[in-house]
Amino acid sequence: MTAGPVLELDAVTKRYPAQPPVIALDEVSFEVARGELVAIVGPSGSGKSTLLHVMGTLDRPSEGTVRISGFDVSQLNDRELAGLRATEIGFIFQQFFLAEHASALENVGDGLLYTGAPAAVRHAAAAEALDSVGLAQRARFRPPQLSGGERQRVAIARALVGHPAIILADEPTGNLDSATGKTILDLLDELNRAGATILVITHDHEIADRMPRQVELRDGRIVADSGVAPSGQMMRAAREPLVR
Amino acid sequence: MSASDDHPAAVAALTAHPNGGPAVGHLRSADMLRIASIGLRTRRVRAALSALGIAIGVAAIVAVLGLSASSSANLLTEISRLGTNLLEVTNGQTLFGQTAELPEAAPAMIRRIGPVESVASTGSTSASVYRSRLIPAINTNGLSVDAASTGLPGVVGSHVIAGSYLNAATETEPVAVLGWQAAQLLGIDRIYPGERIWLGGTWFYVAGILSAATLAPEIDSSVLVGFTAAERYLGFDGHPTTIYLRAQNNAVNAVHNVLAATADPETPSNVDVSNPSAALQARADAQSALNGLFLGLGAVSLLVGAVGVANIMVISVLERRSEIGLRRALGATRGHIRAQFLSEAVLLSLVGGAVGIGLGVIATAIYASAKHEPVVIPASAWAGGLGAAIAIGAIAGLLPALRAARLSPTDALRTV
Repeated sequence: MTAGPVLELDAVTKRYPAQPPVIALDEVSFEVARGELVAIVGPSGSGKSTLLHVMGTLDRPSEGTVRISGFDVSQLNDRELAGLRATEIGFIFQQFFLAEHASALENVGDGLLYTGAPAAVRHAAAAEALDSVGLAQRARFRPPQLSGGERQRVAIARALVGHPAIILADEPTGNLDSATGKTILDLLDELNRAGATILVITHDHEIADRMPRQVELRDGRIVADSGVAPSGQMMRAAREPLVR
Repeated sequence: MSASDDHPAAVAALTAHPNGGPAVGHLRSADMLRIASIGLRTRRVRAALSALGIAIGVAAIVAVLGLSASSSANLLTEISRLGTNLLEVTNGQTLFGQTAELPEAAPAMIRRIGPVESVASTGSTSASVYRSRLIPAINTNGLSVDAASTGLPGVVGSHVIAGSYLNAATETEPVAVLGWQAAQLLGIDRIYPGERIWLGGTWFYVAGILSAATLAPEIDSSVLVGFTAAERYLGFDGHPTTIYLRAQNNAVNAVHNVLAATADPETPSNVDVSNPSAALQARADAQSALNGLFLGLGAVSLLVGAVGVANIMVISVLERRSEIGLRRALGATRGHIRAQFLSEAVLLSLVGGAVGIGLGVIATAIYASAKHEPVVIPASAWAGGLGAAIAIGAIAGLLPALRAARLSPTDALRTV
């Protein structure tokens, strides 16, 4: 893969059929380069969730182009999109969405489930990913035995276990107290410095202000973009291994 | 590919898109089996209850087929032990609907047929039999008194369980032998010297008791006396009413064909010829026909079980929306989601089916061993039960699985 942008949105519009039609996204355009840490910030109802779904290929735009790792999403069928999600995109959700009956290690390993990787490979990668979020000691614990912050760390490990091109985090601290939330943001920061491309969606300007780049969304439009950080820096970071 | 380069093993499993597109999502079958069993492992009581309907249905089917196969097998063993070469000649009816008479010479004539090995005969008398003189005349117990030839037990496959059978000496004297049922009804279970019964207005001495004659059950409820004694004491006319004979095994049909004409050359149409073991065989077959009803009940139970499984799967899909959404986000295709829930339904029914087969086999084993029958579970019973369970799971799981697969990932991820 050449060094093009990891994520490109070009005049993306999402309309929901209603009377009158609801325009959730209105000609949204921006790019995320490899190694960036971007915050998309906006009040509720600004189209953040729709944007996340469109960027994550869980939903298709009504108009406009979405490219992930150079692949035009509109050219791909359901199976190919699923393959793209399995390999190129990692999701972090506000509600963690962990399987309660499975250990932290198995939950993280599930991040590679639909890549067809054999169980041994998934286990090794999961152990590594858990280590990188500082939960190596909790590998055998099940989610109910973990604190909220630890659960979100497991979910983060699951998102990065397959070394995706981009990690999409939807209000990653929304279910956590502020102190725990801060440690999660520190972790995302650390992972970004280790080379991961991360896009955080939040309604909280305080969180967004910690990020090198902020994209502000209001009523489905981008009203401000603090711009891309110096690219040379990020390219160097991307070449370093994500997990040591 | 991009950041995955430092993790070649994970990526190697994916097949690259032929047109240079992204890799296509792929799930190993072992993993599919594992995630299909999540619902069963995490909601055990619910899974057990919904599998119960299937289990009961399959158990009913297996048990019904097993029980009938066991008792048929028992009957067939009995038949082959008793031999299939017994033929029975009875007096039929004349053209005018009256009871016909077999000629007195018929047994002797039949004995002259080449492949006939042995012949015995009985002739019914009009006498009644009582335990003593004090029994009211109407209490006959439905017992008949028959004249019988001396070789009878050997020919019909019965034997003496107490005392002895009629012989050349006792055949002419007031001596009786009891069929096993007649002995029960008269209240006689052992033989001691001087034991008498009141038979046709005379005291007859009891010589012995016969075992059950499966091929000639009419003998069981008879009191047998010698032909000579019957003529002398009971006013018997000497005409046999039933002739039993054993033919050589390979000549049973040939003998069967000539019996009527041999027994009564003048009016062969007055003679009925039958093969009692064939009748038993037919009874064994007829038993399976009766099973239709119980199989129907099993099928209804299976249907109810199927509705239960479908119901539980619909609820499961509703409850696990966020899991479905997460799986789609992790790279599951619609096909993966469909296969997961379909496999879960099949697995659920399969567990029910396996438990049902176990229960059915246990029920058959208990019942058959209580009746001293061999335990026979026909392959069609357990294979059919298992097949039915799989089919039911597939049918019951289809609609919920399709619904789960149709669910859009964004709807699935939206928390309620």
